[in-house]
Amino acid sequence: MNAPAPAAVAAERCATSQFSVPTLHCAGCIAKLEGGLAATPGVIDARVNFTAKRVRVTHLPELDTGAVRAAIARIGFPAEPFLGEADGAASRESRELVKALAVAGFAAMNVMLLSVSVWSGAEGATRQLFHWLSAMIALPAVAYAGRPFFRSAWAALRHGRTNMDVPISIGVVLACGLSLYETATGGHDAYFDGAVMLLFFLLAGRFLDSVMRARAQDSAGALLRQTAPGAQVLDKQNVPQWRAAEEVAPNMRMLVAAGDRLAADGVVESGTSSVDRSLITGESVPETVTAGSKVLAGTINMDGPLIVKVTAAGENTAIADIARLMEAAGGTKSRYVRIADRAARLYAPAVHSLAALSFLGWMLAGAGVHQAVLIAVAVLIITCPCALGLAVPVAQVVASGALMRAGVLIKDGSALERLAEADVALFDKTGTLTLGRPTPFDTLPLTAEEKPVALALARASRHPLSRALAAALEAEGIQAATLADMIEQPGLGIEGHVDGMRARLGRADWVGAEQPAEGAALSTGFVLGSAPARLLRFEDALRPDAETAVARLRSQGLAPAILSGDRAQAVAAIGHQLAVEATAELSPADKFAAIERLAASGRRVLMVGDGLNDGPALKAAHVSIAPSSASDVGQTAADLLFLGDRLMPVPVAIAAARRTMAVVRQNFALAIGYNVLAVPLAIAGYVTPLIAALAMSGSSLIVVANALRLRSAAR
Amino acid sequence: MNGLALLIPIALLLGLAGLGAFFWSVKSGQFEDMDGAAMRVLIDDEAPAEGPDE
Repeated sequence: MNAPAPAAVAAERCATSQFSVPTLHCAGCIAKLEGGLAATPGVIDARVNFTAKRVRVTHLPELDTGAVRAAIARIGFPAEPFLGEADGAASRESRELVKALAVAGFAAMNVMLLSVSVWSGAEGATRQLFHWLSAMIALPAVAYAGRPFFRSAWAALRHGRTNMDVPISIGVVLACGLSLYETATGGHDAYFDGAVMLLFFLLAGRFLDSVMRARAQDSAGALLRQTAPGAQVLDKQNVPQWRAAEEVAPNMRMLVAAGDRLAADGVVESGTSSVDRSLITGESVPETVTAGSKVLAGTINMDGPLIVKVTAAGENTAIADIARLMEAAGGTKSRYVRIADRAARLYAPAVHSLAALSFLGWMLAGAGVHQAVLIAVAVLIITCPCALGLAVPVAQVVASGALMRAGVLIKDGSALERLAEADVALFDKTGTLTLGRPTPFDTLPLTAEEKPVALALARASRHPLSRALAAALEAEGIQAATLADMIEQPGLGIEGHVDGMRARLGRADWVGAEQPAEGAALSTGFVLGSAPARLLRFEDALRPDAETAVARLRSQGLAPAILSGDRAQAVAAIGHQLAVEATAELSPADKFAAIERLAASGRRVLMVGDGLNDGPALKAAHVSIAPSSASDVGQTAADLLFLGDRLMPVPVAIAAARRTMAVVRQNFALAIGYNVLAVPLAIAGYVTPLIAALAMSGSSLIVVANALRLRSAAR
Repeated sequence: MNGLALLIPIALLLGLAGLGAFFWSVKSGQFEDMDGAAMRVLIDDEAPAEGPDE
């Protein structure tokens, strides 16, 4: 079944790419995708992770990410590239914790078995033997499995602080020390079982938490990948020379070929072309540039070669400004204190004081040091926050599983907490409320004989409208015609000949079509021979369920609004359709500022956006969601990702987050209620190891059972 | 007592063996895709492209 990769030999020079594939549904899809990819030339191995709806493809470096994505699309699955995190710090931490958990579980089972024998009446030598055996099992296990707590407690103490790990560590160490003393002196009771059980339950919570925790991703790195590594710089004799991006300086002249990304900001000196600025502005339609136009680093030159005089390079480009904004915004979010941490901050001192007070109390009441220490340890152990430690992570993990099935991925454990608090929802337009790709407006006004020609022309161009046209015609099942002498006219369009007739696809005035009155950007002209020229109109369609999703958000009490970098006209149309307030033509810094203003007035902002231009806003918002089709930057900056073409996952995630927080609060109430009952017993000295074990596991199990109710949270 | 002297070590060894197996399976990444593992049982294994290996 797990056959080795066919070309394991070439393993060192292989590249690996990950894609999120939201439409994986069944075993058939797995087989189809893995099989199809394995048969693709250049692909060495493909492995689907069904849980994460992701596929990891090992391929030859010659094959770039776009080609692999196209291959996946050919097999029949829309896929989006997914960023790194292959074996990050978080998954190493989880692995460490799951091992500690296994050791603690093993020790807990065996020690408990021995303890049950002692409780059910083993006496004398047998009890001694069992106590020694327990010690032999428990001490190494505690030393191994307790490390995450000891380490963190020691770090906290060294800095003069205390956290939840301090009472845990003291409790466990004291319990083991005392039990060892009892065992050596032939005493009646040993607490090894309590110590290892405690570690087991706490590690379970810690493990679940680490599964949820953010896989910290370097968004600055993702941003840099969006800029070109270098440029062809013209020297005095107009000879192009490749220079790395760092070496490009203002006043140099760059030669930018069609299809290249710009490495620096500048002004076009000569050439005509259109530039895809979607990365910076979110505007989906390429902008025509001629001599004198400003162009920005990170944008793509679409049609013809340009000579660009550099005005700003490296650290001074617009894209670098965005990166700085994002870094600044990241700082504010990290100050957010998670519920569990807030609880721990209150909890640790209370537990310490209780234990210390019961020790003092019993000393004053005339009990011996031995008995007083015993009771203090019992208080420490029984108040130890097993249930408290499980309360948040179990709920989050169950809820995130439910959300995952509904097509929402959570990148950060605290995202659900923040999402539940959000009271304003801000949307980017292009790619978020809309699909971010043009689709034909109404039906295409083309005759049956024009369609194959139009498809052939459309396929030859990289322009988004050409691609949209090609996709629409392919969907109709049209076969492309064969064209002769196809040439692309920079900034105008593409031309070819069929049966002696000239066919053109491009700017309306170039093909002789009538200019549309409004919204000229999303239309293209087509003409074949002497037939009348056609105007093909496209729109960036709303996501199919955008209206219901926005309505549901309203009913959830979030005020929706649009913040877009797009043209005012396009934004107003969408705003009108959804009946929400819309602001257009915002720069990334404007969006960032708008969110800061709202935050300053005490609102908690949910930002939904996708592009690089939303990056700072996504980072600055209280919580943020991006579609999985978002740019790398959008994906790394957002706390949650939703898969597919529907917008409904956004309100669903909010509903689930609120239910999760309700369950978390119930769990805290249960855990605290248990302590209120158990602590007086412990202080009074009535807690035998049996009671401690039962109470501890009982309260943990109740908390887990309560969290399982969240399995259906994502509706 | 004799029975115990034999059975307790055996029980512990079996437990340790289980623990070792778990460590190994964690290390080899068997817990990374639980849902996928359940699905893969249903896949027919007659991979047409790589037939000769099997």
